[in-house]
Amino acid sequence: MPQETTLLVGTKKGAFILRSSASRKKWESSSPILFGNIIYHFVQDPRKPRNLLIAAKAGHLGPTVYRSSDGGKKWKEASVPPAFPKAEGDPDALSVDHVFWLTPGHASEPGVWYAGTSPQGLFRSDDDGDTWQSVDGFNKHPMRREWCGDPKQGPPDGARMHSINIDPRDARHMYIGMSSGGVFETLDQGASWTPLNKGCAADFIPTPDPEYGHDPHCVRVHPLNPDRLYQQNHCGVYRMDRPSNEWTRIGMKLPKKVGDIGFSMVVHPRDVDTAWVIPMDGTSVWPRTSVGGKPAVYVTRNGGKSWIRQDAGFPTENAWWTVFRQAMTADAGTPLGLYLGTTSGELWASRDEGSNWKNIARHLPRVHSVEVAE
Amino acid sequence: MKVLIPSPLRSYTRDRSAVEAQGTTLGQLLNDLDRQFPGMRFRMIDEQGRIREHIRLFVDQELTPDLGRVLQGGEELHIICAISGG
Repeated sequence: MPQETTLLVGTKKGAFILRSSASRKKWESSSPILFGNIIYHFVQDPRKPRNLLIAAKAGHLGPTVYRSSDGGKKWKEASVPPAFPKAEGDPDALSVDHVFWLTPGHASEPGVWYAGTSPQGLFRSDDDGDTWQSVDGFNKHPMRREWCGDPKQGPPDGARMHSINIDPRDARHMYIGMSSGGVFETLDQGASWTPLNKGCAADFIPTPDPEYGHDPHCVRVHPLNPDRLYQQNHCGVYRMDRPSNEWTRIGMKLPKKVGDIGFSMVVHPRDVDTAWVIPMDGTSVWPRTSVGGKPAVYVTRNGGKSWIRQDAGFPTENAWWTVFRQAMTADAGTPLGLYLGTTSGELWASRDEGSNWKNIARHLPRVHSVEVAE
Repeated sequence: MKVLIPSPLRSYTRDRSAVEAQGTTLGQLLNDLDRQFPGMRFRMIDEQGRIREHIRLFVDQELTPDLGRVLQGGEELHIICAISGG
């Protein structure tokens, strides 16, 4: 059914709102929002659709969160941004470098948000993102440093907490992903945590089958069946069906010359067995660009048993894209719309579940995140 | 005392490039700035009390990395956003 769609786009130099016509064929972009700020994530509150949150920092300044309660016209900074607890006398005491991920809380908890940071930290707001408190069950966990590793030895853009997923059946049941650290689960809303990495490769660690230390890039819990988890990991594409606690590598069915390395993972909101990835070149020195310079999305319609290449409309050569983990998403339209943003500042859209792609914006700054708003 | 504000922080001071603030130490002076312009201190000083990587504080043109630095009241604080490219 035709419908207007809104995209919230976070880039290295500001945020943008793109709105489509009802056919999703024509798109118009706003002027830059918070121009010049580094925007890591730009997210709508589905419980209060006029409320938008932005995770930002500036090149010179520390991190913060911006809030809008009028759909993005006016912005106000959080009164108390996410910050680790003060640790007197500890020269290695943690400080938030940037807020990387934002997740609205459970439907039963209006006003609640969660934020994941770099270095890895979890924070909660109970007032629509105005004030943030440390989730001490994680941030002060005696194993936190062991789970997360030395932040100085993390990924080049900083070790991060991301993929904060809340079980739609139970606000106390949550998953998080950490690059690095792995996937962790809590059954008591963050008071205690358990690693959830069995079956997942971590070939950059000498220990065979480590309990933690993995590098999930994006973890999605399926909204229809929250017992189905999908994961795009540094070491492949995985699926888990609870109550099992073991990941199954489903990316091995992707073509060998393409591989199953990437950042994004998108699920079909109405079909548990349908999911998309966009593989990146993980060979030699890990360019992490579209394989062979030929961008392609791959879809599975059977939970990972097989994959179909979708590249119609994409450049057929010399397109060396990188698509970050928050930069690919889906709307709720029929047929489903898919959207992705590249580090080279392009936005691409498909109105038919990935069968055909069209460029809808170019010449933007490096795209960090793309989310759909109602 | 007079505080010179760099452009990235002027959203807090309603575009003023110079403001007045009080304090017997540099840290107290920054607290007073935050009282007047809420949220400004955290963008310069992290939660552990460390000056952020790309912020430099000059008291009377002398680089001052110590927030405990005692102030007499007649100095000038110049907040500089150090090079951060890309």
